[in-house]
Amino acid sequence: MVGIISYGAYIPRYRIKVEEIARVWGANGTEISRGLGVYEKALPDMDEDTITISVEAARAAMARRKVDPVEIGAVYVGSESHPYAVKPTAVTVGEAIGATPVMTAADYEFACKAGTAAIQTSMGLVKSGMVTYSVAIGADVAQGEPGDALEYTAAAGGAAMIIGNKDPIAEINHTCSFTTDTPDFWRRENKPYPRHGGRFTGEPAYFKHVVGASKLMLEKMGTKPSDYTYAVFHQPNGKFPVQAASMLGFSMDQIKPGLAVTYLGNTYSGASMVGLSAVLDNAKPGDRIFMTSYGSGSGSDSFDITVTDVINSDLFNRDAAPTVSALLADKKLVDYAVYAKHKGKVVMME
Amino acid sequence: MWVVPEQRLSVIYSGGHKMSVARFWRKQQNRYNLIGTHCTTCGKYFYPPRAFCPDCRRDGKIVEHQFKGTGKVVTYSIIRSSSGNFKLLTPYVLAIIELDEGSRLTSHIICEIDKVYIGMPVKRVFRKLGEEGSSGAIHYGTKFVPA
Amino acid sequence: MREVAVIGVGCTKFGEKWESSFRNLFVEAGALALEDANISGEQIDEIFVGNMSAGRFVEQEHIGALIADYAGLATNNIPATRVEAACASGGLSFKQAYTAVASGMSDIVVAAGVEKMTDVGTEVTTDVLAAAADREWEGIAGVTFPGLYAMIATDYMHRYGLTREQLAQVAVKNHENGAKNPNAQFQKPITLDTVLNSTLVADPLRLFDCSPVTDGAAAVILAPLDRAREFTDTPIKVLGAGQASSTIALHDRKDISTIDATVAAGNRAFKMAGVERKDIGFVEVHDCFTIAEICAIEDLGFCKKGEAGRLTEEGQTAIGGKIPINPSGGLKACGHPVGATGIKQVYETVKQLRGDAKGRQIDTEIGMTHNVGGTGATVVCHIFGRA
Repeated sequence: MVGIISYGAYIPRYRIKVEEIARVWGANGTEISRGLGVYEKALPDMDEDTITISVEAARAAMARRKVDPVEIGAVYVGSESHPYAVKPTAVTVGEAIGATPVMTAADYEFACKAGTAAIQTSMGLVKSGMVTYSVAIGADVAQGEPGDALEYTAAAGGAAMIIGNKDPIAEINHTCSFTTDTPDFWRRENKPYPRHGGRFTGEPAYFKHVVGASKLMLEKMGTKPSDYTYAVFHQPNGKFPVQAASMLGFSMDQIKPGLAVTYLGNTYSGASMVGLSAVLDNAKPGDRIFMTSYGSGSGSDSFDITVTDVINSDLFNRDAAPTVSALLADKKLVDYAVYAKHKGKVVMME
Repeated sequence: MWVVPEQRLSVIYSGGHKMSVARFWRKQQNRYNLIGTHCTTCGKYFYPPRAFCPDCRRDGKIVEHQFKGTGKVVTYSIIRSSSGNFKLLTPYVLAIIELDEGSRLTSHIICEIDKVYIGMPVKRVFRKLGEEGSSGAIHYGTKFVPA
Repeated sequence: MREVAVIGVGCTKFGEKWESSFRNLFVEAGALALEDANISGEQIDEIFVGNMSAGRFVEQEHIGALIADYAGLATNNIPATRVEAACASGGLSFKQAYTAVASGMSDIVVAAGVEKMTDVGTEVTTDVLAAAADREWEGIAGVTFPGLYAMIATDYMHRYGLTREQLAQVAVKNHENGAKNPNAQFQKPITLDTVLNSTLVADPLRLFDCSPVTDGAAAVILAPLDRAREFTDTPIKVLGAGQASSTIALHDRKDISTIDATVAAGNRAFKMAGVERKDIGFVEVHDCFTIAEICAIEDLGFCKKGEAGRLTEEGQTAIGGKIPINPSGGLKACGHPVGATGIKQVYETVKQLRGDAKGRQIDTEIGMTHNVGGTGATVVCHIFGRA
C-alpha cells in the first residue's frame, strides 16, 4: 500500500521569543504568548531560505533510508515563500538529492496546506505506477508584516516525506479533502507580506475546513477519534489545533506529541508536516495517526495513517537524522535587531 | 518602515557586473553535492575538482567522485569586514577544511565565532552562497557546520 | 645573455592621490625616471608596465598602449606591454624588461608599475583584490585578502608560537622606516599599542597588520651594463632574477605557512647571482600583511622556520640590524599600489645601493627585492649590486 517511505524535518537554529517581538511594539508579551500558545519562533540564518530548508529536510529523509535517487520520479515543494516567483524550488531539491534528470517536479502553493497537497499528488503518482518514489515537501520562511499579529508566529522550517509503496514505514490508508473559496488570508503578487481577515480566519475558515475534512475522513473510514494513537492538525498557533481537536473529540494526549508550534511558531506549509514528523519520531508499529492540514483560501487535507513494522526494521534508521525535538533543542535566541537583519528587514544598498 | 522580501543580500560578486548564469550553473553539481574528482592512477582526490592530476599528469585517469562531506578545520579566521554577499554575514568564520578523503577546500563555517578551533570536525550543509541582487539569480551550494 | 643595469629610477609619492588619474601617475613616475637617467623619450626602445586591475579599478584595459601614448611615445610606435600577476605585476614587469635587455631584443627599456585604487569604494577594492585568489573556489566562500593571510597567521601562530606582539613589531618597524621615506604614504612612527588596539579585520590580523589602499606609480630604466655608464655614474647591476609560481588557492598548498614559490624564486635568484644570504645587506619584502613579512624572511632563507618573529622582536630586521627588512617602510608604511609595488621595491633598492637613501641609508653593496602575487601563487625576486 502507498505510504511514507521515509521522512525528515529541518528547523533553522535561530529563535526569537514572542515577548521580544511584543517589546518592540509595546504590547504585552506574556499575554500574547499565553493567548497564542506560542512562546518562541524559528527564523532562518542569513543564508537560509525555503530552498535550503527543503534540501536539508529532503536530505534528512534520504539519510534515514537507502533510497536510490534514480528511482525518485517526482519532487513537489509546497511553500508560500519560494525564493523565485518563477523558477521552481523543486528542481534545486531534485538536483541536490541526485534525483535529476529523469523526474517530474513542480512547486505548489495553497497557503499552509501546499505541503500536504504535494503528499496527495505523490500518492496519486505512486498508486498509478507512474513513479516509484515521489518526494513531497512543505517548507516556509514564513512572512508576517512587522507589527501585525502574524509576526508573532510566522516561522521558518519544513519537512519532507518520501512517498512510495514498497515497505513504507507508515501506510496512508486514505486521504480526502474539503475545499471552498474563502478569502481569509492572501498575499498578492509582488507584495512582501500576506494580509488576513482577522477573526474571520477562525470559525468560517480554519475550523469549518479542518472539522469538515476530518469529519469526512472519520465517516469514510468508519472510525472514531479514539481509534487513533495520535492526531495532528494544522497549527497556526497553539490554540486552534487544540480547539479543533476538542470539537472533533480528540484528546490532548493524542495531539500533544505533534504540537510543535509552541516553541517553533507557524512554519506555514511546513506546519502540519513538521507536526507529523514529530509524531513519527516517537511512533511504534501499529500506531494510527490522524492528520488534517489547513490552507487559507481555503482547504483541508485529511490523512489516515498506520505505522508499520518497517519503522523498527533494518530498512529504516530513525537516528540517522535529528528528531523534531532535537532540532528544537539546538537553538540560539536572538533579539529583534538580529531577527530584523536575518529576515532581510535591514535594507542594504545594492 | 520600508521592507523587502526575505533574505535580500546585495551582491558585488564580480564587481557588480552581473555574470552570465552559465558560470554558476556549470559548477552546480560540484557545489550542491561536493562532486569532485579522483585520480584512479595515484588514488588522490580533488575538491575543488581537477581535470588533470598534478602528480600523474597525462598518466592519470580522472573520474568523478562524490565526497562524503565530513572533514576537519586546518586553519581559520574570523572575517570582520567583507564585501558584497558576505557583508551582512560578518563576523563569520572562514576556514580551510580538509575533507576525510584528503582534499582541502575553503569555506564559510556556520558556527559561533568563538567556537571554531584547529582540528574541529565539520560536516556539509546546503546554503545560499550568494545572489545577484534582489532580482538576479540565487546561487546555492555547500557550506560547513560543526559535526 | 647580456649583463643588465638599472640606469634611472622614478617614483611618485604614494598615498590617496585624489588629483592624480591613472595615466598621470604613470607619466609622473616615468618623467622622474627619465630625468634620473638623463635620457629623452626617443631613446626608449620598449616599455613594460605592471598593473593588476585597471580594468576593475578605473575600467580601463589596453594599458600598454595607453601609457606609451600618454608618455608621448605614440609617434615612435614603440612596443608597450602590460604585465599582470596580481600584486606581483610590478616585479614581473621588471623581470620582463630585464629579459628583453639581457636577450638583446631591446637596449633601453622602461619597467614601470602603476595602480590607481581610490577611484572605487573600499568594498569594490576588497572584491578586486580578492580576484587575486581563486575566484571560483575561494572567492565564492567569502574570502578577503586579509582573511587569507589571517588563515596563514592562525596556522603559523599555532605551529610556531609566534606572539601577537612579535607580529605587531613588524608594523612598528616598518612605520619607523616609512617615517624616513619622503615617498611613503605613512610617515609617522607607531607603537605596539597602536597595532594591538586597532580594529580586528580578520582575526588574528588587525587594521595595523594590513597594508593600505594606495595610489602610486614607479618606473625604472634598464640598459645593457656595457652601455650603462653612457647615462649614469652609478649603474646598479641586476645580479639575479628568480620567478616562481604555486597553487592559485591557499588551501592547495602543502604547508599553509610556507610560501613555496618564495622559496623557489629566492633560490633561483641566489643561484643566478652567485651570492649567499650573508652577502645581502637588506631586503625589500612583500609585507602586504605583517605575517607575510615573517614568512618571507624565513622562506627566503634568512633564518629558520619559526624564528622570524624573534628576529623581528630583537630588532635584527630594523635598519642597523643583522638583516634589515623593508627600509622603504614596506607595503605597510610606504603603501601598496598593487601593480606599482614591485617597481617601488627596485626603486628603493637602487636608491640604497647608490647611497641616496637619506635618513634610512644602509651601508651595503647588495640588496634584494621580493614581490608576491595573491597568497604566493606568483613570486618574483631580484638581487642587485653596485656595478
